[in-house]
Amino acid sequence: MSATATDSGHDDAGKGSDGLIIRILGEGQYDVSADALTHLNELDSAVEAAIEADDEATFRPALVALLDGVRTVGVAHAADSLDESDLILPPDDASIEEVRELLADDGLIPG
Amino acid sequence: MSLMKRMGLIFRAKANKALDAAEDPRETLDYSYQRQLELLSKVRRGVADVATSRKRIELQIGQLEQQANKLQTQAEKALQMDREDLAREALTRKSGLNGQIADLQTQHAQLQGEEEKLVLAQQRLQAKVEAFRTRKETIKATYTAAEAQTRINEAVSGIGEEMGDVGMAIQRAEDKTATMQARAGAIDELIASGALDDVTGTGGGDDISRQLEAMSSDSDVEMELARLKGLSAPQAPGQIGAGGDGLAKETQVEQIEGETPR
Repeated sequence: MSATATDSGHDDAGKGSDGLIIRILGEGQYDVSADALTHLNELDSAVEAAIEADDEATFRPALVALLDGVRTVGVAHAADSLDESDLILPPDDASIEEVRELLADDGLIPG
Repeated sequence: MSLMKRMGLIFRAKANKALDAAEDPRETLDYSYQRQLELLSKVRRGVADVATSRKRIELQIGQLEQQANKLQTQAEKALQMDREDLAREALTRKSGLNGQIADLQTQHAQLQGEEEKLVLAQQRLQAKVEAFRTRKETIKATYTAAEAQTRINEAVSGIGEEMGDVGMAIQRAEDKTATMQARAGAIDELIASGALDDVTGTGGGDDISRQLEAMSSDSDVEMELARLKGLSAPQAPGQIGAGGDGLAKETQVEQIEGETPR
């Protein structure tokens, strides 16, 4: 347990603070502090579960809650920056099908 | 953070796929910049396209509302003449139109939403393209080709993500607009064919609409007569003027029964 173990597996070193940049597609980038990630993680799991269950009825509110969570804890990232996002989220009107397409291509997701 | 993380990795991978290393990495900068400018003009066209569709729907809503108002007026006239059957027919048609109007209003709201999103996307991309142009000049001026590689990759993939996002936004807007245009086309045809004019139009139409029209004409006459009578009533007895005379004569023609004048 070293004191510097912030976000261990993360690929990006040059972001300045220990926060992350999250992009909501169709909407823009947000700076989100590391503290807020635990909560967002829970919301993220709910969305993922809904996708796996192919349950559009729980998917929609779960996605809206996650995006609202990001908007609430996040601060708009400078528009003229050229920084890559650490995490990317679908637009709020995306269907399960569209999310699947976004995740497809590299075969990272089974089914 | 599995969903968000996976999506981030995959989206960036897709966005960067187009980025092939040029022999001189600095050429990559110019190539990317060129594509950014193309994308910017594509977003502008997208905004204009969506706005055109939105205006078309506004126009249609206006036309249908006009028809609905006419039907309402005719239902009222029919009732005044104790023709509840005709009033019912007019109101039934009006209700059908109201359904279509509500549908169009939903589409209108959606298009307006798409338009706003695209305008914002355009602004975001514009800001990043300007930042990229500045960065590009700095990199070219300061670094040798070998040194520049990392910085070029950073800049290009940073904006590549934005380009992927904006490209997707355009695609989504186009898809939505396309389905709506098909439906708008169907309504335009309906309006052009006169199917919506049957009740109110002077042309053919079915029995009921002809009756309704005849009744309306009669009703117009009655209402005009009533108006004239009301207008001349205080004038008729006392006033002397020649003008008043002529008016009084007209009001004498009281009972023209249903001989549809037009």
